[in-house]
This record gives sequence, C-alpha cells and structure tokens, in this order.
Amino acid sequence: MNLQLELEQRRQVLIVRLRGELDHHTAETVRTRMDEAIQRGRVEHLVLSLEDLTFMDSSGLGVILGRYKVIKNLGGKMVVCHVNPSVHRLFELSGLFKILAIYENERSALTELEVVS
Amino acid sequence: MSEKLEDVTQNGGNFMTLQFASRSENEAFARVAVAAFVTQLDPTMDELTDLKTVVSEAVTNCIIHGYDNDPNGIVKISAQIIDETISITIEDNGHGIEDLELAKQPLYTSKPELERSGMGFTIMENFMDEFEVISELGSGTRIRMKKRIESKKALYN
Repeated sequence: MNLQLELEQRRQVLIVRLRGELDHHTAETVRTRMDEAIQRGRVEHLVLSLEDLTFMDSSGLGVILGRYKVIKNLGGKMVVCHVNPSVHRLFELSGLFKILAIYENERSALTELEVVS
Repeated sequence: MSEKLEDVTQNGGNFMTLQFASRSENEAFARVAVAAFVTQLDPTMDELTDLKTVVSEAVTNCIIHGYDNDPNGIVKISAQIIDETISITIEDNGHGIEDLELAKQPLYTSKPELERSGMGFTIMENFMDEFEVISELGSGTRIRMKKRIESKKALYN
C-alpha cells in the first residue's frame, strides 16, 4: 500500500496526516480508518494535513468531501493544511475550497479550531 | 473497442501500448508507466502531475464504471508521441456510458454511494488540450486525450 495514515488526537481535535498517494485504490483505507477514529469518540474537529501527500486524484476529493460531511453532521469543523498547488487546483475545480478552510500548517489550523471550540 | 496498431504507428511517432487487469492496485502502475514514457519530452513537474492525474481518472473509470469492480476486465492504454505532443488512449470493453452528456457534468456521479466526487471527466477536460469520449452501451468506452508538452528545453534556447 503506497499510502500511510498517521492519526493524532489532541484534546477534541483529530489530526490526520496522509503520506503517499491517495487514489481510488487507497481511498477505502483512508475512509475506514478516519471513520473508525471519529467514531471512537471525543472527536469534535478534524485537521487534515497533506504535507507528505505526493499524489491525489478525484477519488481523494470524494473521500475528503465524505469526511467533511461526517464531521459537519457531528457539529464539528474540518480544515485542511499543507495543500500543495496541484491539490489546490483540484479543490478549486471541484469547488471544495469554498467549504473547506485551508491553513498553511497544523499550528495555524489548530489555533483556529481552538478559537472556534 | 480496440484501435488498430497501424493507426498508431503510421504517423511515424514513438508509441507504447499496455494491457492490464482491471484491479485498483494497477492504477498507480498505469500512471507511473505513462509518466515514464513521457519523460523523453522533458516535461515539467506540473505537466507530469497533470498526466498522472488524468491517467488515474480514466483508469479508475474503467475499473469502477466500465467493469463494476470486476477484476476480470482488461484495461488498455496506448500512448503516442509526435513532436512535442503526447496522445493517450485509455479503453475498456465494459458496460459503456448511458448518458454521456450527463456523465460529463461536473459533480455528477452515477455512484454517489461510493463517495465518488463526480470530477473525473472535468479534470481530464481541464488538464488536457484535447479530450474525447467514445462510448457504446454493452461494448465499452474509449477516452482519447492530447497534450502538448512545453518542454523545459525551450527556456534555454
């Protein structure tokens, strides 16, 4: 599998770091592991960190949009950080950047969420 | 659906063809193989990313929509280079697309239960210079795309 997930819980915020390639093949794992972590509880907000993501296509957009809906239904907020130019372009094409807040790094994302909560 | 090899070779360009099982683990293989073939045009990183993305989109469509995730299908890719232009054909012998205009609408997906974003065709159209879909119900779908590679060498001339 050429995708790794790193999950870190900081108070009520779940940080998910994706490393490698997010496509149709790896999307299922990302979906399952993120949903499990969210269902385990205490997750109010989610930070998706894409610093080490080397490839993403529209299957990735589907997973990200899906997790956005899950978190939103729970009353939380999902933000994304370390978005490289090619991923940003996909966000623009799909209109996802209109509903997802994008931050430069994890620290600024966490600062924002702590203000929100 | 299959293209005669003579059609590809008669123009005197370089070419390659690939066939592989319709399994999702081959998506990465397909985009890396096409990217490796196109390196002879000395593309920029952005151009390579564009090509890898469109190949990934088209192959994923063959697997999910053409063959309904049946691993026994065959996905075919052929690529041809003439001057600075890469042409890529990606095809399956699967179900075919019922309503092509609807399928091309941004955000439309026939499989919302799979959390598909519905952006595949929009991405292919945006990332490539030319893009065409030929589909026939019950016999398959073929995507043909072209992109001119603005070689980095041009910067130094």
